[in-house]
Amino acid sequence: MDNDLSPQDKKDLDKFIKFFALKTVQVIVQARLGEKICSSSSSSPTGSDWFNLAIKDIPEVTHEAKKALAGQLPGIGRSMCVEISLKTSEGDSMELETWCLEMNEKCDKDIKVSYTVYNRLSLLLKSLLAITRVTPAYKLSRKQGHDYVILYRIYFGEVQLAGLGEGFQTVRVGLVGTPTGTITLSCAYRTNLAFMSTRQFERTGPIMGIIIDHFVERPFPNTGHMHACDYRATGEEDGVGYPGVEDSQEVCTTSFSTSPPTQLCSSRLSYQPPMPGAADLCYPAALNSTNPHQMVLPGKEGGVPLMPPQPCHGTQAEHGRVSSCPPADPGHHLSGSLDLPFAAFAPRALNSEENDPMVHPPESPTTASPLHGSLHSQDSVDSAGQTQDDFVMVDFKPAFSKDDLLPMDLGTFYREFQNPPQLSSLSIDVSAQSMAEDLDSLPEKLAIYEKNIDEFDAFVDTLQ
Amino acid sequence: MNCRSEVLEVSVEGRQVDEAMLALLHTILLHRSTGKFHYKKEGTYSIGTVGTQDIDCDFIDFTFVRVSSEELDRAIRKAVGEFKEALSNSGSDGMGQISLEFYQKKKSRWPFSDECIPWEVWSIKVNVVNLANEQERQICREKVGEKLGEKVINIVEVISRHEYLPKMPTQSEVDNVFDTSLKDVQPYLYKITYQITDSLGTSVSTTMRRLIKDTLAL
Repeated sequence: MDNDLSPQDKKDLDKFIKFFALKTVQVIVQARLGEKICSSSSSSPTGSDWFNLAIKDIPEVTHEAKKALAGQLPGIGRSMCVEISLKTSEGDSMELETWCLEMNEKCDKDIKVSYTVYNRLSLLLKSLLAITRVTPAYKLSRKQGHDYVILYRIYFGEVQLAGLGEGFQTVRVGLVGTPTGTITLSCAYRTNLAFMSTRQFERTGPIMGIIIDHFVERPFPNTGHMHACDYRATGEEDGVGYPGVEDSQEVCTTSFSTSPPTQLCSSRLSYQPPMPGAADLCYPAALNSTNPHQMVLPGKEGGVPLMPPQPCHGTQAEHGRVSSCPPADPGHHLSGSLDLPFAAFAPRALNSEENDPMVHPPESPTTASPLHGSLHSQDSVDSAGQTQDDFVMVDFKPAFSKDDLLPMDLGTFYREFQNPPQLSSLSIDVSAQSMAEDLDSLPEKLAIYEKNIDEFDAFVDTLQ
Repeated sequence: MNCRSEVLEVSVEGRQVDEAMLALLHTILLHRSTGKFHYKKEGTYSIGTVGTQDIDCDFIDFTFVRVSSEELDRAIRKAVGEFKEALSNSGSDGMGQISLEFYQKKKSRWPFSDECIPWEVWSIKVNVVNLANEQERQICREKVGEKLGEKVINIVEVISRHEYLPKMPTQSEVDNVFDTSLKDVQPYLYKITYQITDSLGTSVSTTMRRLIKDTLAL
């Protein structure tokens, strides 16, 4: 019962639980950022490192955790959960694990709050550090990048494990008895990750044995949770603080003895600023109506920004782009074609290549390219010229040519012979015909050769 | 008070021995190290901060967390290196055991030396396997990674039982409980020993290595 606990102990216990919850969230989220975490030991206590562990505080994560808690503390029937999920670049998502900080009714009356509970909570955080590197989501998070990212969501209230699929496993990180109940920390993780290697998330059919719910527009089945101020359980009001727990008093107890704890200056956490990518690519709750916060860091390829913003944005952009492109209209594609936006992408006839200023600068001669010329086989120069109505005819005067030496100059020669008739042997019909004829005439030819064999022999003798 | 004893078993390839041992020993020491104690007047003390860092294994698909202390890491690596060397020199069998023992010192009167009373012993039995080809090695990388993950869960489960721990000492007694020789962290007094087993199963060489200065035994 609470009345066995002194007011000071009660106050301390509440503070410990609050900061333990915040640090738990930090450890879990930082372990899923996709990078190795490193912090330095310090022999001198700074007074700002809760539980004597150097766990940096990412401000956004603390903010989200505090929002989820909304002034309450994890207690009996009120669990704090951190859900880790994966989201692909196509927009599919899947829950990977749920970390649960819970409290049960089993009390340990005799335990010393300011000493034993504190040290055991510190031990539990160390266990959490170790276990977060062991569950399957850790390896996935280390490989996140272009194909997928890892997201987190914090919620308070009842634990939801339905999204983990069938056969999920649970690992207990540890427990700490307190005079008001036993704090337990555990992780439930999805085991059916076999398809991750192929990275094929199909929108139809439970091929992987996963319910189709996962792949609908709104990936999370319990969308109500996501919408209501994103992370706050229903019914909680702003500003309802748990008596005795004040944010301003962020002093952690680092002194131990029978005498009162040393009052140290308030927290001056020496965390490093978050990675440049994280601040830019995380989505504040206000904008992100459906999805949990995305902890995104530059990918493994060294600073390359990760997948583009929410797929729906990308899709809109795609639609926007397509709609601005005019429909293919062969009748119009020649005249004023340069005025059309995205003209290069509009389907056009094969001779449109000349219209493209990139291929033919305006100063170039009006004569069509040889490629174009050959497509108009059997056409004379004039007809080729006639099709180029919007080009100005410029007399082609090749350099170093003189009119008086030759009856025709290079330009005339070029124009005359640029449309040679196709070789008869290359035309399909003729060649097919001749092939058949050749085959038929072979026996006759062989007979003739045999008759004249003496002549051939004499010829060969002359060569020797 | 009985000494708590835990045994962990792993089968690894030769080149994985170092990392597997480091992973497990560091995981245990993470839980059995505190920040440096700073005693003040009136019997109060404050505790320093323990930093942590992730270490990726090169030959195993595994990442473990260790205390950020180069001194401690060096000491553990030295012991593991000696164990590995003894293991490879022993012969083709490749079986051995490395033990991490936490103890308390109890002062005795002259002429008796101080007693070392273990309160927790972790024994890691190692079986070294030989693999034929690269494909087997790749499978072994993953399998040993999973196995080490299970061992970490075992370790954490034992720790969370919150069984006997030496009570926090006064300033004069701190060296009987903690190793205060490191400058940034303070693990409980510990020693690492190992045994190599030959094919007959008997102990061929029992080499004791004391990493912490102990009083000379008479």
